[in-house]
Amino acid sequence: MSQIIKLTTPLTDEAVASLKSGDQVSISGELYTARDAAHKRLVDLLDQGKPLPFDPKGAVIYYVGPSPAKPGRVVGSAGPTTSYRMDAYAERLMEVGMKGMIGKGKRAPDVVDAMIKHKAVYFAAIGGAAALIARSIKSVEVVAYEDLGPEAVRRMIVEDFQAVVINDIQGADLYQMGQEKYRIA
Amino acid sequence: MQNQMYYQVAENERVGLAVMREIDVTEIIEAVRQMSQTANTDLGKDVIRAFERGQETEESSTGKAIFKALIENAMIARDEKVPMCQDTGFSVVFVDLGQDVHLVGGSLEAAINEGVRRGYEEGFLRKSICDPFTRANTKDNTPAVVITQIVDGDRVKLTMAPKGGGSENMARVTMLTPSGGKKAVMDFIVQRCQEAGSNPCPPVIVGAAVGGTPEKAAILAKRTLLREIGSQNPDPELAQMEAELLTRINNLGMGPQGLGGRNYALAVHLDKHPCHIATLPLAVQICCHASRHKETIL
Repeated sequence: MSQIIKLTTPLTDEAVASLKSGDQVSISGELYTARDAAHKRLVDLLDQGKPLPFDPKGAVIYYVGPSPAKPGRVVGSAGPTTSYRMDAYAERLMEVGMKGMIGKGKRAPDVVDAMIKHKAVYFAAIGGAAALIARSIKSVEVVAYEDLGPEAVRRMIVEDFQAVVINDIQGADLYQMGQEKYRIA
Repeated sequence: MQNQMYYQVAENERVGLAVMREIDVTEIIEAVRQMSQTANTDLGKDVIRAFERGQETEESSTGKAIFKALIENAMIARDEKVPMCQDTGFSVVFVDLGQDVHLVGGSLEAAINEGVRRGYEEGFLRKSICDPFTRANTKDNTPAVVITQIVDGDRVKLTMAPKGGGSENMARVTMLTPSGGKKAVMDFIVQRCQEAGSNPCPPVIVGAAVGGTPEKAAILAKRTLLREIGSQNPDPELAQMEAELLTRINNLGMGPQGLGGRNYALAVHLDKHPCHIATLPLAVQICCHASRHKETIL
Protein backbone atom coordinates (compact mmCIF):
# COMPACT_ATOMS: atom_id res chain seq x y z
CA MET A 1 0.00 0.00 0.00
CA SER A 2 2.97 2.28 -0.29
CA GLN A 3 2.66 3.85 -3.70
CA ILE A 4 -0.28 6.08 -4.52
CA ILE A 5 -1.75 5.49 -7.97
CA LYS A 6 -2.93 8.57 -9.79
CA LEU A 7 -6.25 8.16 -11.60
CA THR A 8 -8.06 10.53 -13.93
CA THR A 9 -11.77 10.29 -14.65
CA PRO A 10 -13.64 9.20 -16.71
CA LEU A 11 -11.96 5.85 -16.02
CA THR A 12 -10.75 3.74 -18.93
CA ASP A 13 -11.04 -0.05 -19.06
CA GLU A 14 -7.23 -0.25 -18.91
CA ALA A 15 -7.05 1.88 -15.76
CA VAL A 16 -9.77 -0.17 -14.09
CA ALA A 17 -8.11 -3.46 -15.04
CA SER A 18 -4.78 -2.36 -13.53
CA LEU A 19 -6.24 -1.71 -10.08
CA LYS A 20 -5.93 -4.20 -7.24
CA SER A 21 -7.72 -4.37 -3.90
CA GLY A 22 -5.67 -2.43 -1.38
CA ASP A 23 -4.27 0.07 -3.89
CA GLN A 24 -4.21 3.62 -2.60
CA VAL A 25 -5.46 5.97 -5.29
CA SER A 26 -5.57 9.70 -5.82
CA ILE A 27 -8.43 10.63 -8.16
CA SER A 28 -8.62 13.81 -10.24
CA GLY A 29 -11.33 14.85 -12.65
CA GLU A 30 -15.10 14.66 -12.41
CA LEU A 31 -17.21 12.64 -9.99
CA TYR A 32 -21.00 12.43 -10.00
CA THR A 33 -22.76 12.31 -6.66
CA ALA A 34 -25.79 10.14 -6.01
CA ARG A 35 -27.39 8.58 -2.94
CA ASP A 36 -30.48 6.43 -2.39
CA ALA A 37 -33.16 8.75 -3.77
CA ALA A 38 -31.15 9.82 -6.82
CA HIS A 39 -30.26 6.21 -7.64
CA LYS A 40 -33.92 5.30 -7.64
CA ARG A 41 -34.66 8.08 -10.13
CA LEU A 42 -31.68 7.19 -12.34
CA VAL A 43 -32.75 3.56 -12.52
CA ASP A 44 -36.36 4.65 -13.21
CA LEU A 45 -35.02 6.58 -16.23
CA LEU A 46 -33.14 3.50 -17.46
CA ASP A 47 -36.31 1.42 -17.00
CA GLN A 48 -38.15 3.88 -19.22
CA GLY A 49 -35.37 3.74 -21.83
CA LYS A 50 -34.52 7.41 -21.26
CA PRO A 51 -31.00 8.91 -21.08
CA LEU A 52 -29.36 9.74 -17.76
CA PRO A 53 -28.71 13.39 -16.83
CA PHE A 54 -24.96 12.72 -17.24
CA ASP A 55 -22.81 10.50 -19.44
CA PRO A 56 -22.32 7.23 -17.54
CA LYS A 57 -19.44 6.03 -19.77
CA GLY A 58 -16.40 5.64 -17.54
CA ALA A 59 -18.18 7.62 -14.81
CA VAL A 60 -17.27 7.42 -11.15
CA ILE A 61 -20.19 7.86 -8.77
CA TYR A 62 -19.52 9.21 -5.30
CA TYR A 63 -22.07 8.22 -2.68
CA VAL A 64 -22.30 11.50 -0.80
CA GLY A 65 -24.78 14.09 0.40
CA PRO A 66 -22.66 17.13 1.25
CA SER A 67 -23.52 19.64 3.93
CA PRO A 68 -24.38 23.12 2.57
CA ALA A 69 -21.43 25.27 1.47
CA LYS A 70 -20.57 28.21 3.68
CA PRO A 71 -20.37 31.54 1.81
CA GLY A 72 -17.25 31.69 -0.35
CA ARG A 73 -16.78 27.94 -0.43
CA VAL A 74 -17.63 25.46 -3.18
CA VAL A 75 -18.92 22.73 -0.90
CA GLY A 76 -19.58 21.90 2.72
CA SER A 77 -18.27 18.76 4.36
CA ALA A 78 -18.45 15.81 2.00
CA GLY A 79 -17.51 12.34 3.20
CA PRO A 80 -18.87 9.05 1.85
CA THR A 81 -22.15 7.49 2.92
CA THR A 82 -22.67 3.75 3.48
CA SER A 83 -22.73 1.94 0.16
CA TYR A 84 -24.94 -1.11 0.73
CA ARG A 85 -28.03 1.06 0.34
CA MET A 86 -27.08 1.54 -3.31
CA ASP A 87 -26.47 -2.19 -3.91
CA ALA A 88 -29.91 -2.69 -5.45
CA TYR A 89 -29.12 -0.13 -8.18
CA ALA A 90 -25.40 -0.56 -8.81
CA GLU A 91 -25.47 -3.17 -11.56
CA ARG A 92 -27.94 -1.16 -13.66
CA LEU A 93 -25.47 1.71 -13.73
CA MET A 94 -22.55 -0.62 -14.51
CA GLU A 95 -24.56 -1.93 -17.49
CA VAL A 96 -24.54 1.55 -19.02
CA GLY A 97 -20.84 2.13 -18.44
CA MET A 98 -20.25 3.29 -14.85
CA LYS A 99 -16.71 2.22 -13.95
CA GLY A 100 -16.23 3.32 -10.37
CA MET A 101 -18.12 3.81 -7.14
CA ILE A 102 -16.86 5.60 -4.03
CA GLY A 103 -18.45 5.00 -0.65
CA LYS A 104 -17.76 3.13 2.55
CA GLY A 105 -18.69 -0.32 3.76
CA LYS A 106 -19.01 -3.77 2.28
CA ARG A 107 -20.92 -4.52 -0.94
CA ALA A 108 -23.29 -7.42 -1.50
CA PRO A 109 -21.91 -10.52 -3.29
CA ASP A 110 -24.07 -9.85 -6.38
CA VAL A 111 -22.58 -6.35 -6.67
CA VAL A 112 -19.07 -7.80 -6.43
CA ASP A 113 -20.02 -10.29 -9.18
CA ALA A 114 -21.39 -7.44 -11.29
CA MET A 115 -18.08 -5.60 -10.88
CA ILE A 116 -16.24 -8.61 -12.28
CA LYS A 117 -18.72 -8.93 -15.15
CA HIS A 118 -18.82 -5.25 -16.11
CA LYS A 119 -15.22 -4.43 -15.16
CA ALA A 120 -15.90 -1.80 -12.53
CA VAL A 121 -14.23 -1.06 -9.20
CA TYR A 122 -15.36 0.03 -5.77
CA PHE A 123 -13.34 2.51 -3.76
CA ALA A 124 -13.69 3.59 -0.14
CA ALA A 125 -12.92 7.04 1.21
CA ILE A 126 -12.57 7.61 4.96
CA GLY A 127 -16.07 7.69 6.39
CA GLY A 128 -16.49 10.70 8.64
CA ALA A 129 -13.37 12.56 7.46
CA ALA A 130 -15.72 14.94 5.66
CA ALA A 131 -14.09 18.29 6.40
CA LEU A 132 -10.72 16.91 5.26
CA ILE A 133 -12.12 15.28 2.10
CA ALA A 134 -13.88 18.53 1.11
CA ARG A 135 -10.44 20.09 0.55
CA SER A 136 -9.98 17.96 -2.57
CA ILE A 137 -13.26 19.17 -4.12
CA LYS A 138 -12.63 22.13 -6.39
CA SER A 139 -16.05 22.82 -7.90
CA VAL A 140 -19.61 21.58 -7.62
CA GLU A 141 -22.69 22.02 -9.78
CA VAL A 142 -26.10 20.42 -9.52
CA VAL A 143 -26.90 18.44 -12.67
CA ALA A 144 -30.23 16.91 -11.68
CA TYR A 145 -32.89 16.56 -8.99
CA GLU A 146 -32.29 19.82 -7.16
CA ASP A 147 -35.48 19.10 -5.18
CA LEU A 148 -33.62 16.30 -3.40
CA GLY A 149 -31.46 18.86 -1.60
CA PRO A 150 -28.38 17.09 -0.23
CA GLU A 151 -29.34 14.05 -2.34
CA ALA A 152 -29.30 15.92 -5.68
CA VAL A 153 -26.98 14.65 -8.43
CA ARG A 154 -23.94 16.91 -8.50
CA ARG A 155 -20.94 17.07 -10.75
CA MET A 156 -17.82 17.58 -8.67
CA ILE A 157 -14.39 18.39 -9.99
CA VAL A 158 -11.83 16.91 -7.64
CA GLU A 159 -8.06 17.01 -7.35
CA ASP A 160 -6.12 14.32 -5.53
CA PHE A 161 -9.19 12.79 -3.93
CA GLN A 162 -7.81 10.03 -1.68
CA ALA A 163 -9.39 6.59 -1.73
CA VAL A 164 -8.51 2.91 -1.50
CA VAL A 165 -9.60 0.10 -3.82
CA ILE A 166 -11.92 -2.27 -1.93
CA ASN A 167 -13.14 -4.53 -4.75
CA ASP A 168 -11.19 -4.99 -7.96
CA ILE A 169 -12.35 -6.70 -11.15
CA GLN A 170 -10.98 -10.04 -9.93
CA GLY A 171 -13.47 -10.06 -7.07
CA ALA A 172 -10.97 -9.46 -4.26
CA ASP A 173 -12.29 -7.71 -1.15
CA LEU A 174 -10.01 -5.52 0.94
CA TYR A 175 -12.33 -5.60 3.97
CA GLN A 176 -12.06 -9.38 4.09
CA MET A 177 -8.31 -9.48 3.44
CA GLY A 178 -7.52 -6.68 5.91
CA GLN A 179 -9.64 -8.11 8.68
CA GLU A 180 -8.34 -11.67 8.35
CA LYS A 181 -4.82 -10.41 8.85
CA TYR A 182 -5.61 -8.99 12.30
CA ARG A 183 -8.19 -11.48 13.57
CA ILE A 184 -7.34 -13.21 16.86
CA ALA A 185 -9.39 -16.38 17.18
CA MET B 1 -22.47 27.58 30.31
CA GLN B 2 -24.11 27.37 33.71
CA ASN B 3 -26.74 30.02 34.12
CA GLN B 4 -26.44 31.29 37.66
CA MET B 5 -29.34 33.70 37.50
CA TYR B 6 -32.37 32.85 39.57
CA TYR B 7 -35.73 34.33 38.86
CA GLN B 8 -37.83 36.26 41.28
CA VAL B 9 -40.62 33.94 42.32
CA ALA B 10 -43.98 35.58 42.83
CA GLU B 11 -46.44 34.41 45.47
CA ASN B 12 -48.89 33.08 42.91
CA GLU B 13 -46.26 30.78 41.43
CA ARG B 14 -45.92 28.73 44.56
CA VAL B 15 -47.19 25.21 44.10
CA GLY B 16 -47.81 23.53 47.40
CA LEU B 17 -44.66 24.00 49.40
CA ALA B 18 -42.29 23.85 46.43
CA VAL B 19 -41.05 27.05 44.89
CA MET B 20 -41.08 26.85 41.10
CA ARG B 21 -38.22 28.41 39.24
CA GLU B 22 -39.30 29.96 35.98
CA ILE B 23 -37.27 29.47 32.82
CA ASP B 24 -38.33 31.14 29.62
CA VAL B 25 -38.22 28.80 26.65
CA THR B 26 -36.28 31.40 24.65
CA GLU B 27 -33.29 30.25 26.74
CA ILE B 28 -33.89 26.73 25.51
CA ILE B 29 -34.12 27.88 21.89
CA GLU B 30 -30.82 29.69 22.26
CA ALA B 31 -29.06 26.80 23.98
CA VAL B 32 -30.22 24.30 21.35
CA ARG B 33 -29.30 26.67 18.51
CA GLN B 34 -25.76 26.99 19.82
CA MET B 35 -25.29 23.34 20.66
CA SER B 36 -26.53 22.23 17.22
CA GLN B 37 -23.52 24.02 15.83
CA THR B 38 -20.87 23.34 18.45
CA ALA B 39 -21.74 19.64 18.67
CA ASN B 40 -21.20 19.29 14.94
CA THR B 41 -17.97 21.27 14.69
CA ASP B 42 -16.16 20.77 17.99
CA LEU B 43 -15.41 17.13 18.74
CA GLY B 44 -14.99 16.27 22.43
CA LYS B 45 -11.47 16.11 23.87
CA ASP B 46 -12.10 12.57 25.11
CA VAL B 47 -12.70 11.42 21.52
CA ILE B 48 -9.58 13.17 20.24
CA ARG B 49 -7.53 11.62 23.05
CA ALA B 50 -8.90 8.23 22.02
CA PHE B 51 -7.80 8.92 18.41
CA GLU B 52 -4.32 9.81 19.63
CA ARG B 53 -4.15 6.62 21.65
CA GLY B 54 -5.37 4.70 18.61
CA GLN B 55 -2.70 6.24 16.42
CA GLU B 56 -0.06 5.09 18.90
CA THR B 57 -1.35 1.58 19.50
CA GLU B 58 -2.69 0.62 16.08
CA GLU B 59 -0.65 -2.14 14.43
CA SER B 60 -1.95 -1.57 10.91
CA SER B 61 -0.24 1.24 8.99
CA THR B 62 -3.51 1.98 7.19
CA GLY B 63 -5.21 2.14 10.57
CA LYS B 64 -2.59 4.56 11.88
CA ALA B 65 -3.09 6.76 8.81
CA ILE B 66 -6.84 6.75 9.40
CA PHE B 67 -6.41 7.97 12.99
CA LYS B 68 -4.09 10.70 11.73
CA ALA B 69 -6.71 11.76 9.17
CA LEU B 70 -9.46 11.77 11.79
CA ILE B 71 -7.40 14.02 14.09
CA GLU B 72 -6.69 16.36 11.18
CA ASN B 73 -10.38 16.31 10.22
CA ALA B 74 -11.42 17.24 13.77
CA MET B 75 -8.94 20.15 13.80
CA ILE B 76 -10.23 21.50 10.47
CA ALA B 77 -13.81 21.25 11.69
CA ARG B 78 -13.02 23.04 14.96
CA ASP B 79 -10.84 25.77 13.45
CA GLU B 80 -13.01 26.51 10.41
CA LYS B 81 -16.31 25.89 12.19
CA VAL B 82 -17.47 23.38 9.58
CA PRO B 83 -19.16 20.08 10.40
CA MET B 84 -16.72 17.22 11.04
CA CYS B 85 -19.08 14.95 9.10
CA GLN B 86 -21.45 15.86 6.28
CA ASP B 87 -24.09 13.82 8.06
CA THR B 88 -24.94 16.28 10.80
CA GLY B 89 -27.38 13.78 12.13
CA PHE B 90 -30.74 13.39 13.70
CA SER B 91 -30.95 15.95 16.50
CA VAL B 92 -31.42 13.82 19.60
CA VAL B 93 -31.96 16.03 22.62
CA PHE B 94 -31.92 14.67 26.15
CA VAL B 95 -33.78 16.90 28.61
CA ASP B 96 -33.29 16.36 32.32
CA LEU B 97 -36.00 18.62 33.62
CA GLY B 98 -35.91 19.56 37.30
CA GLN B 99 -39.30 19.09 38.87
CA ASP B 100 -39.09 22.53 40.47
CA VAL B 101 -38.83 24.25 37.10
CA HIS B 102 -41.75 25.95 35.44
CA LEU B 103 -41.17 26.54 31.74
CA VAL B 104 -42.83 29.70 30.47
CA GLY B 105 -43.26 31.44 27.14
CA GLY B 106 -44.06 28.40 25.01
CA SER B 107 -43.83 24.65 24.80
CA LEU B 108 -40.63 22.69 25.41
CA GLU B 109 -40.67 20.64 22.22
CA ALA B 110 -41.51 23.62 20.04
CA ALA B 111 -38.58 25.50 21.59
CA ILE B 112 -36.18 22.63 20.96
CA ASN B 113 -37.34 22.35 17.35
CA GLU B 114 -36.93 26.10 16.87
CA GLY B 115 -33.39 25.86 18.24
CA VAL B 116 -32.61 23.03 15.82
CA ARG B 117 -34.16 24.96 12.91
CA ARG B 118 -32.05 28.04 13.61
CA GLY B 119 -28.86 26.16 14.45
CA TYR B 120 -28.92 23.96 11.36
CA GLU B 121 -29.74 26.83 9.01
CA GLU B 122 -27.23 29.31 10.43
CA GLY B 123 -24.53 26.68 10.84
CA PHE B 124 -24.75 25.40 7.23
CA LEU B 125 -25.53 21.96 8.59
CA ARG B 126 -27.17 19.27 6.48
CA LYS B 127 -30.89 18.74 6.87
CA SER B 128 -31.33 14.99 6.90
CA ILE B 129 -34.84 14.34 8.22
CA CYS B 130 -37.52 13.02 5.90
CA ASP B 131 -40.92 11.35 5.74
CA PRO B 132 -40.42 7.60 6.19
CA PHE B 133 -42.49 6.71 3.12
CA THR B 134 -42.34 9.60 0.65
CA ARG B 135 -38.76 10.41 1.76
CA ALA B 136 -39.68 14.12 1.40
CA ASN B 137 -37.18 16.18 3.39
CA THR B 138 -38.58 18.39 6.19
CA LYS B 139 -35.87 20.88 5.12
CA ASP B 140 -34.98 22.15 8.59
CA ASN B 141 -33.78 18.98 10.36
CA THR B 142 -36.86 18.97 12.59
CA PRO B 143 -38.50 17.36 14.41
CA ALA B 144 -35.84 16.56 16.96
CA VAL B 145 -36.14 13.40 19.00
CA VAL B 146 -36.63 14.68 22.54
CA ILE B 147 -35.98 12.29 25.43
CA THR B 148 -37.23 13.89 28.61
CA GLN B 149 -36.84 12.73 32.16
CA ILE B 150 -38.08 14.57 35.22
CA VAL B 151 -35.37 14.85 37.87
CA ASP B 152 -35.01 16.51 41.27
CA GLY B 153 -34.07 20.16 41.52
CA ASP B 154 -34.68 23.42 39.73
CA ARG B 155 -32.32 23.07 36.78
CA VAL B 156 -32.74 21.97 33.19
CA LYS B 157 -29.93 19.98 31.62
CA LEU B 158 -30.07 19.85 27.83
CA THR B 159 -27.81 17.49 25.92
CA MET B 160 -27.66 17.73 22.14
CA ALA B 161 -26.41 14.53 20.55
CA PRO B 162 -26.63 14.60 16.73
CA LYS B 163 -26.55 11.01 15.45
CA GLY B 164 -25.57 10.03 11.92
CA GLY B 165 -27.66 7.61 9.90
CA GLY B 166 -24.85 5.23 8.98
CA SER B 167 -24.16 4.12 12.53
CA GLU B 168 -27.82 4.41 13.51
CA ASN B 169 -28.68 1.74 10.92
CA MET B 170 -26.51 -0.70 12.87
CA ALA B 171 -28.58 -0.42 16.09
CA ARG B 172 -30.60 -3.41 17.26
CA VAL B 173 -33.04 -4.19 20.04
CA THR B 174 -33.57 -7.85 20.84
CA MET B 175 -35.44 -9.87 23.42
CA LEU B 176 -33.13 -12.65 24.61
CA THR B 177 -34.18 -15.66 26.64
CA PRO B 178 -33.34 -15.24 30.36
CA SER B 179 -31.60 -18.64 30.39
CA GLY B 180 -29.02 -17.22 27.95
CA GLY B 181 -27.78 -14.86 30.66
CA LYS B 182 -24.63 -12.83 30.45
CA LYS B 183 -23.14 -15.04 27.76
CA ALA B 184 -26.03 -14.46 25.37
CA VAL B 185 -25.84 -10.71 26.00
CA MET B 186 -22.14 -10.55 25.29
CA ASP B 187 -22.31 -12.84 22.26
CA PHE B 188 -25.07 -10.71 20.74
CA ILE B 189 -23.09 -7.48 21.20
CA VAL B 190 -19.95 -8.98 19.64
CA GLN B 191 -21.94 -10.44 16.76
CA ARG B 192 -23.69 -7.12 16.17
CA CYS B 193 -20.30 -5.44 15.79
CA GLN B 194 -19.10 -8.16 13.46
CA GLU B 195 -22.17 -7.77 11.27
CA ALA B 196 -21.92 -3.97 11.34
CA GLY B 197 -18.32 -4.24 10.10
CA SER B 198 -17.19 -1.22 8.13
CA ASN B 199 -20.67 0.35 7.86
CA PRO B 200 -20.92 2.50 11.02
CA CYS B 201 -17.63 4.39 10.41
CA PRO B 202 -15.30 2.65 12.85
CA PRO B 203 -13.55 3.37 15.19
CA VAL B 204 -16.87 3.25 17.02
CA ILE B 205 -18.25 3.49 20.52
CA VAL B 206 -20.49 0.56 21.37
CA GLY B 207 -23.35 1.36 23.75
CA ALA B 208 -25.60 -1.35 25.13
CA ALA B 209 -28.23 -1.66 27.81
CA VAL B 210 -29.65 -4.83 29.30
CA GLY B 211 -33.05 -5.03 31.00
CA GLY B 212 -36.07 -2.80 31.35
CA THR B 213 -38.46 -3.04 28.43
CA PRO B 214 -37.45 -2.87 24.76
CA GLU B 215 -38.00 0.91 24.61
CA LYS B 216 -36.32 1.48 27.98
CA ALA B 217 -33.26 -0.51 26.90
CA ALA B 218 -33.01 1.46 23.64
CA ILE B 219 -33.00 4.80 25.44
CA LEU B 220 -30.56 3.66 28.13
CA ALA B 221 -28.22 2.31 25.45
CA LYS B 222 -28.36 5.63 23.60
CA ARG B 223 -27.60 7.46 26.84
CA THR B 224 -24.46 5.38 27.46
CA LEU B 225 -22.97 6.98 24.34
CA LEU B 226 -22.85 10.28 26.24
CA ARG B 227 -20.39 8.85 28.76
CA GLU B 228 -16.81 10.09 28.58
CA ILE B 229 -14.59 7.72 26.63
CA GLY B 230 -12.15 6.05 28.98
CA SER B 231 -14.31 6.62 32.06
CA GLN B 232 -14.82 3.79 34.51
CA ASN B 233 -18.26 2.21 34.84
CA PRO B 234 -19.24 2.58 38.53
CA ASP B 235 -20.73 -0.94 38.51
CA PRO B 236 -17.77 -3.37 38.81
CA GLU B 237 -19.65 -6.19 37.07
CA LEU B 238 -20.47 -3.98 34.07
CA ALA B 239 -16.94 -2.56 34.08
CA GLN B 240 -15.54 -6.05 33.77
CA MET B 241 -17.98 -6.92 30.99
CA GLU B 242 -17.00 -3.73 29.14
CA ALA B 243 -13.32 -4.64 29.27
CA GLU B 244 -14.00 -8.18 28.10
CA LEU B 245 -16.28 -7.01 25.28
CA LEU B 246 -13.75 -4.42 24.10
CA THR B 247 -11.10 -7.12 23.80
CA ARG B 248 -13.42 -9.56 22.04
CA ILE B 249 -14.68 -6.94 19.59
CA ASN B 250 -11.21 -5.65 18.76
CA ASN B 251 -9.88 -9.20 18.41
CA LEU B 252 -12.18 -9.58 15.40
CA GLY B 253 -9.44 -7.62 13.63
CA MET B 254 -11.80 -5.27 11.81
CA GLY B 255 -9.85 -2.15 12.82
CA PRO B 256 -10.39 1.49 11.83
CA GLN B 257 -12.86 1.80 8.92
CA GLY B 258 -13.09 -2.01 8.86
CA LEU B 259 -9.89 -2.17 6.80
CA GLY B 260 -8.14 -4.39 9.33
CA GLY B 261 -6.38 -3.56 12.57
CA ARG B 262 -6.56 -3.53 16.33
CA ASN B 263 -8.90 -0.61 17.02
CA TYR B 264 -12.47 -1.16 15.83
CA ALA B 265 -14.09 0.03 19.07
CA LEU B 266 -12.71 2.89 21.15
CA ALA B 267 -14.95 1.96 24.07
CA VAL B 268 -17.84 -0.22 25.16
CA HIS B 269 -20.38 1.42 27.48
CA LEU B 270 -22.93 -0.69 29.31
CA ASP B 271 -25.94 -0.03 31.46
CA LYS B 272 -28.51 -2.29 33.05
CA HIS B 273 -32.00 -2.01 34.50
CA PRO B 274 -34.28 -4.51 36.24
CA CYS B 275 -36.49 -6.44 33.85
CA HIS B 276 -39.57 -8.66 33.91
CA ILE B 277 -39.12 -12.22 35.24
CA ALA B 278 -39.90 -13.52 31.73
CA THR B 279 -37.60 -11.22 29.73
CA LEU B 280 -34.00 -10.30 28.98
CA PRO B 281 -34.14 -7.22 26.74
CA LEU B 282 -30.95 -5.96 25.10
CA ALA B 283 -30.39 -2.83 23.03
CA VAL B 284 -27.17 -2.11 21.15
CA GLN B 285 -26.49 1.39 19.85
CA ILE B 286 -23.31 1.95 17.89
CA CYS B 287 -21.85 5.43 17.51
CA CYS B 288 -19.44 6.38 14.74
CA HIS B 289 -16.15 8.09 15.59
CA ALA B 290 -17.93 11.46 15.24
CA SER B 291 -19.25 10.94 18.76
CA ARG B 292 -20.89 14.31 19.15
CA HIS B 293 -22.63 15.71 22.19
CA LYS B 294 -22.74 19.00 24.05
CA GLU B 295 -24.61 19.92 27.18
CA THR B 296 -26.00 23.09 28.71
CA ILE B 297 -27.40 23.51 32.19
CA LEU B 298 -29.99 26.26 32.63
